[in-house]
Amino acid sequence: MTAATDAAERLLRRRAAEVEEEDDDDNVRIDAFLHHFREEDKEDEAAPAKLSARNLNFYYGGQQALFENNLDIAEGKITAIIGPSGCGKSTHIRIYNRIFELYGNQRAEGEVLLDGKNLLDPGTDLIELRRRVGMIFQKPTPFPLSVFENVAYGLRLHFKMPKSELNGRVESALKKAALFEEVKDKLDKPGVALSGGQQQRLCIARTIALEPEILLMDEPTSAIDPVATRKVEELAESLKGNFTIAIVTHSMQQAARISDFTAFFYKGHIVEYGLTRELFTNPKQKQTEDYITGRFG
Amino acid sequence: MTPRSDKSRKLLDFTVKAVSMGAALLGIFFLGWILFVVIQRGVAAISWDFFTKLPTPPGMEGGGVMNAIIGTVLMTGIATLLGVPTGVLAGVYLAEFGKHTRLGAWVRFTVNVLMGIPSIIIGLFVYSILVFPFGHFSGLAGGVSLAILMFPVVARTTEDMLSMVPNALREAALAIGNPRWMATLSILFRAAKSGLITGVLLSVARVSGETAPLLFTALNSPYMMKSLNEPVANLTVTIYQYAMSPYDDWNQVAWGASLVIMITVLLLNLTARLIVGGKKR
Repeated sequence: MTAATDAAERLLRRRAAEVEEEDDDDNVRIDAFLHHFREEDKEDEAAPAKLSARNLNFYYGGQQALFENNLDIAEGKITAIIGPSGCGKSTHIRIYNRIFELYGNQRAEGEVLLDGKNLLDPGTDLIELRRRVGMIFQKPTPFPLSVFENVAYGLRLHFKMPKSELNGRVESALKKAALFEEVKDKLDKPGVALSGGQQQRLCIARTIALEPEILLMDEPTSAIDPVATRKVEELAESLKGNFTIAIVTHSMQQAARISDFTAFFYKGHIVEYGLTRELFTNPKQKQTEDYITGRFG
Repeated sequence: MTPRSDKSRKLLDFTVKAVSMGAALLGIFFLGWILFVVIQRGVAAISWDFFTKLPTPPGMEGGGVMNAIIGTVLMTGIATLLGVPTGVLAGVYLAEFGKHTRLGAWVRFTVNVLMGIPSIIIGLFVYSILVFPFGHFSGLAGGVSLAILMFPVVARTTEDMLSMVPNALREAALAIGNPRWMATLSILFRAAKSGLITGVLLSVARVSGETAPLLFTALNSPYMMKSLNEPVANLTVTIYQYAMSPYDDWNQVAWGASLVIMITVLLLNLTARLIVGGKKR
């Protein structure tokens, strides 16, 4: 049971007691009201870890950027990673699909268990890993291909299927990404011709078309406007359940709005991790409280 | 303390600007002059026969340089076939696979040195390995020497163009589960397409006007070649020989051949510009 919900309960009951005499109706209403959150919290807490970082350290050349990170990413939930600039949020999730290996001088130590298997093992098949762990980047990065081909590209890369099935899957991915209605008449236009927000949803469509198990989002809304941001957030919420989502965000409001769990990073350390409701209403660490109340960052 | 004179500062500023602009205009001036002279002297030689007839001895009317045009096109073609794929692949290695490796650094250095080697030395080198041992000049050797000239230019342009593709796109291409080679071929090449094509066109333009490497390899020939395994006529050595000859009509042909090369190089450059310009718009 979470302390935040408990605190809310105490508050509500005291209010009810103050306003009138003890009234069973009030208590019933309060119970019903809290029941929803309690169930949600219980369900969230019961979710098994899809991915677990264990004693994870990371180095840019000789400089250490992450220190002994331990973090569970709950299956089918949205986990937000927050913290001030340069605290290692992006660095952390960029280990999950080993994209950091593109650069010769970056190095990760420790373990990241995906379904219990350490994905940092040298024997891990990166192509298979990246099909299972998709990533959305900060800036929209459509491929220099048509809208249709942007989504079809990954499908062709990983699967063999008849043209009709391919068409269907592209369409369904675009629909899931809430983009189909806007682009259905320009499927053969270049992806780069779309607006920034549309491009980002195209990148999401391209990634979820592969039906990955985990979706990593690295500040997916920092380069797009508020309306598009809202669409991407709604999209993330609609996708959870089917996908396990880890989202790095600069915006605490965004983390509070969409995530079930939140991890607060500071200078490469994970300072606090827990249910989002809990972390935002009842932070255990002074640093977390300072950050979420806007005293720094 | 008195303030410096405003006038002298402005005068100095103006002078530097004027002098540097003058120096810049010098480039245009010489290109214009060269074009003017080549067109003025060469245009008289251009006729249908010039492109369709074989050379005639001095004093005989109506010859052409068809064999040299075909020879130059063929040898440039061989050079392109050999030099472009190897150059592009080497550039891919430099930009994608070996970027931070020791081998990559060595290759990059070597390619730079290769680019600076005078073309006549390349000609001599190919002479020693492909002409002397076989006992005769050949068009094949000519093509190979042009390919050696082409290789570093293409390798460096490919590396530069791929390096200009933002890392964000590279990451995205890999994050979707591409193997590195596939990401390079299907995504990065497409993103760098106009730059790559421009680089190849400019390198073709560059070698199509080379003389020195052909002098020791393909030599020249007044006949239509039967194979690439014999001396092959080409425009640049024709210019060299005809311009040095004492015959007025041969000198005329040399100017005509110069005009053909100039126009070709100009067209290749303009095409390259159009491709780049089209991309920007």
